[in-house]
Amino acid sequence: MAHALEPQAKTLAEATSDAPYGVIGDLDPRIRIVMACLFAIVTVALATIPALISALSTSIGLLLLSRLPIRRTLKRMAMMDSFIIFMLVLLPFSMPGEAMFTVFGFPASWQGLWKAIEIALTANAVILSLMVLVGTMEPVTLGHALHKLRCPEVLVHLLMFTIRYIEVLREEYLRLRSAMKIRGFRPSTNWHTYRSFGYLVGMMLVRAIERSERILGAMKCRGFSGRLMLLQDFCMTRRDYVFAVLFSLVCISLLMLDFL
Amino acid sequence: MHIVDGALSNPVVIGGAIAAAGGIAVGLKSLDLDRIPTAGVLSASFFVASLIHVPIGPSSVHLILNGLAGLLLGWAAFPALFVGLLLQAVFFGFGGLTVLGVNTVNIALPAVLAWMIFGRMIGRGSPVQGAIWGGIGGAFSIAATTAFVALSLALSGDAFLPAAKLVFFAHIPVMVIEAVLTGFAVLLARRVKPELFLRGSPA
Repeated sequence: MAHALEPQAKTLAEATSDAPYGVIGDLDPRIRIVMACLFAIVTVALATIPALISALSTSIGLLLLSRLPIRRTLKRMAMMDSFIIFMLVLLPFSMPGEAMFTVFGFPASWQGLWKAIEIALTANAVILSLMVLVGTMEPVTLGHALHKLRCPEVLVHLLMFTIRYIEVLREEYLRLRSAMKIRGFRPSTNWHTYRSFGYLVGMMLVRAIERSERILGAMKCRGFSGRLMLLQDFCMTRRDYVFAVLFSLVCISLLMLDFL
Repeated sequence: MHIVDGALSNPVVIGGAIAAAGGIAVGLKSLDLDRIPTAGVLSASFFVASLIHVPIGPSSVHLILNGLAGLLLGWAAFPALFVGLLLQAVFFGFGGLTVLGVNTVNIALPAVLAWMIFGRMIGRGSPVQGAIWGGIGGAFSIAATTAFVALSLALSGDAFLPAAKLVFFAHIPVMVIEAVLTGFAVLLARRVKPELFLRGSPA
């Protein structure tokens, strides 16, 4: 996952108000979350290849609307594919059905191949729409929107804390790593490496706990009573309603296409 | 180890979501005012720890450390790991949306089990003894996670059985690495900050 967070990539807690995401970025965050969930449920329910291809096209359409860097987003999507590729490659061999060809005496079935294609299309369509609709939000906005969508308050607090401290702790991790590097540490497959990494993790956790004690002290000093004031307010405009209706229609037509 | 959308059957997805909601609810109940910052910072540190790539032969694996998360957080590991998975799915495109519940259970339930079984042993005896129990806990939670992943695939259809078996065997080196690293992390924590595990309960 380290490649997901390139050094120059924007951090989760950093504000990026100067990078608008086109039509998608202007929509109410709440409607984006709800629509992403709706689209995911509809897509998972689809069972025919044409419907799934349309679903993936819908996601790609959203990507084009959002002005996200297309190549980087698709690269991230492909990274997920590299995780599931083994399972997909195995499917034709493990699913019984009409034989397509045989490798070392193992028959590969057409049914398995179609199943693998179905899974790949579903997974990519859902994750791409999620990254475009929700991933373009600032993480802090995501927390606020989830709060407004009646997520438990403590869970939202936990999310906000995590978002806030991921970057701080990553910097600490990089600092510790460069300290190790400066002392000539080069990771390889040996006991010394594993011990060093283990101590690194342990040190990070000890420091994290001590840091959290200081944070709690500082928050109590400022009158923290267990409630975070979430000040961001959202209001639904006509464009949000139009988007919601249009996108729901797309979802319904995907389902219709599936039944036909 | 992430399962993606579309791979599992509906009963498995729905069952996973309900189980995850239950686990998160229990975890949130255990979080009072004083523990929210701790859980948040630890949740962020486990997110960062999963960025660490440990070399193994010609390849490398990234850490999961859900056993260690469970040992430190107890039931609160459920919401903490859920938050991590949610952020990974939304901002990095790992995993999926409808399978978030299943993925949370697969990662967080072994963490809680490791805490229940090994939590008390970590703080007892010499630091080295604690570290050995920590290592066993780390291996256990990865083994349980792969077993749960395999189970959720197997419940979705027999066609996934070879993939499920492959997942399990491919993760045996990961279990060893996680065990060794968890052990050393516990060893260091026991020496540097002995009170961390002393109560036998999460921080």
